[in-house]
Amino acid sequence: MREVFADALLIAAKDLRIEARSRVLVNQVAPFALLVLVLFGFALDADQRTLRTFAPGLLWVAVLLASLLAVQRSTSLEHADGAHTGLRLSGMAPSSVFLGKAAAVFVQLAVLEVLLVVGIVVLYGSTVEDPLLLVVSGLAAGVSVAATGTLYGALASGLGVRETLLPILLLPVLAPVLIGATRAFDDALGAAAVDGWAWLGLLVVFGLVATVLGALAHGALIED
Amino acid sequence: MPGGDGPRGSVGDAVPRRQGRGEVSVHRYRDGVSVVELRGAVVLLGRFPALAGLDLSVDVGETVLLQGPNGAGKTTLLMLCAGLVRPADGEVRVLGHDLTVERREVRRRVALLRHGTGLYEDLTAAENIRFWARAAGLGESEATSRAASAVGLLGLDDRLLGRPVHALSAGQRRRTSLASLAVRRPDLWLLDEPHAGLDQVGRDAVDSLIRDAVSAGATVLVASHELERVRSLSPRVVTVAAGVVVRDSGRGGGTTRPACTPEAATGEAADA
Amino acid sequence: MTGRRDTTGSAGSRLLGVSALVGVAVLLLFAFVLTDPDVRVHPTTGEEFGQFDAVRLLYLHVPMAVLTYAAYILCAAASVGYLVRRTPWWDVTAYAAAEVGTVFCGLVLVTGSIWGRPVWNTWWEWGDVRLMTTLVLFLLFLGYLALRRTTVDPRHQARRAAVVALVAVLDIPLVNRSVEWWENRTLHQQSTLAELKIQDLTLFTLMLGFVVFGLVGAWLLLHRFRVGWLEQAAAEHGVAMAIAERHAELDMPDVDAAVGDAGDGP
Repeated sequence: MREVFADALLIAAKDLRIEARSRVLVNQVAPFALLVLVLFGFALDADQRTLRTFAPGLLWVAVLLASLLAVQRSTSLEHADGAHTGLRLSGMAPSSVFLGKAAAVFVQLAVLEVLLVVGIVVLYGSTVEDPLLLVVSGLAAGVSVAATGTLYGALASGLGVRETLLPILLLPVLAPVLIGATRAFDDALGAAAVDGWAWLGLLVVFGLVATVLGALAHGALIED
Repeated sequence: MPGGDGPRGSVGDAVPRRQGRGEVSVHRYRDGVSVVELRGAVVLLGRFPALAGLDLSVDVGETVLLQGPNGAGKTTLLMLCAGLVRPADGEVRVLGHDLTVERREVRRRVALLRHGTGLYEDLTAAENIRFWARAAGLGESEATSRAASAVGLLGLDDRLLGRPVHALSAGQRRRTSLASLAVRRPDLWLLDEPHAGLDQVGRDAVDSLIRDAVSAGATVLVASHELERVRSLSPRVVTVAAGVVVRDSGRGGGTTRPACTPEAATGEAADA
Repeated sequence: MTGRRDTTGSAGSRLLGVSALVGVAVLLLFAFVLTDPDVRVHPTTGEEFGQFDAVRLLYLHVPMAVLTYAAYILCAAASVGYLVRRTPWWDVTAYAAAEVGTVFCGLVLVTGSIWGRPVWNTWWEWGDVRLMTTLVLFLLFLGYLALRRTTVDPRHQARRAAVVALVAVLDIPLVNRSVEWWENRTLHQQSTLAELKIQDLTLFTLMLGFVVFGLVGAWLLLHRFRVGWLEQAAAEHGVAMAIAERHAELDMPDVDAAVGDAGDGP
């Protein structure tokens, strides 16, 4: 069991080191996420008060769209030069590989979320009323998205059509996360009178199920 | 044609050994033990039979050159021996394991060089080698020392090691891939066109790796179009076409056997 | 399966098909002609209200919804079966069930929307639990079908599809829960079957609807399964031929030349 976590840590560290070198998240994905916020601003043509009401939902849509990019990047790291074969040959348990890659995606999503919160504070005039709820629900939602995304990234890999297939596979499954995270943020940002902590429970359950399921299924998916 | 000559045990008959990741196991073999034993192997890629009933038998310490036209199935054969594809039919044993059920155990003990580099472009050569050493289950110090010897073997100096892989030439990348494989100290080397696209330095490095592997007692299967080059290692030549073996020069083509016979490290007498 | 067939029909399936067809005709007769529209009189104002003719769609919509859920449950069960057993039968069943289920799910959404326009005064209602859950279900299985239709090694595809189906089915309760908590108003709950005078002819027609759509669903499933099964059989039969063809390659001139060039050992 310790070996599983040690290997996962190795993989996560590798992915994050690659990100540190290539700066794909920083240079491409994060600007894209901010761009989505800006596009909403243009499209909705509303005043700040209205945008503030919608801010949580818009933020989480931006996170979901950006997560598609983050997951694609995570998966393509392995398939670009055939490193995924090396991972299969290494003898590491597939669940370790899953946990490591999901952890790396989670870290990147967490960074994105922070950035987007700053974004909606600046662009939509949101105010943070309950920072603890914000952080905890952000983490729970982040785990949910990262785990589910990594699972589906592996599922859609090795097919020529991964880029177009992943969204239609991943996004419907994340519907509960979108609803739950938005409601939790509604409460944390004072945008609506909702009990955000109740929604946190849903997010935590989703995150746990997604992580366990992903770890179990990953082996079957990359196997021959 | 490969045939049995005399009683031959299979590796599986040897002492039950707990093969942890990263442990050296080559010297626990007995002489004349078959590393690869394929009879009527069929491998389907989708619906296409890449291997259509292939027979091959390879002993410990042999060097085998796989030749044949493109599309013959050489790459698939190497993938099969690596435990990466499932045989659809036939008797398939590699390193004593039945590949219809035990592919995972085989993978740790082989090293497969394929057309892609198998490296992470954005990391340096040194980081790649280190990652793959750790991934194979080696501890910190073991990984460091093996990495050092692999790097020396393949002539990668510090200047190259500190460069990200995308900034290396094809030959340098190939050598880095080989180094990251060499740290595994595999029992079976599977090389798919290792010389392709390399300059002189690179080719020499590949050759010295093969020689080093052979003298360490490993078994080497090389698929290559570079006949002259590989012939200097005096291998057995197996010609593959249309998913089967069509010609085999047979054993005993002057392969160097390890000077020390695989010893019974824990006391099992070799009774080949 | 029996040997060569030109059609996936059989005596049994033709009987099923004919009875389904007859059943549909009878159902339509009852639903659109013989039953009365839902007209109720308000106790105090004396106005007429109710679903009027729109209620007729319910005789189709409700059975189709039940059929959809049944098909998806079958798909999920067959996916589990495949992951456990790894035999093609489970895989073909899962695919067939998913396709049938998705067709009916689409019809449920469409008939529901048409029904909703006069009754709820809207084509669509966000925040309605059943509507949202069904929509997400539909999208989840569109994804499943999209995956199924990518060309890839059939064994890999079967395994991946099974995982997708399982995750989809596990996701649905979470979706349901989240939408339910989200907005408590559910139009579905307001005007349901409970409101209507479900007795005599209405009840009979509804029950008839269940039976008829059960027959239609079974017929579709049977044929879709057989098509899938034939595809499998064709694939397996093809392997032996493919191997023979591969061996025949050896006689081709360019292969021959390449082998000849290879030369002998040292």
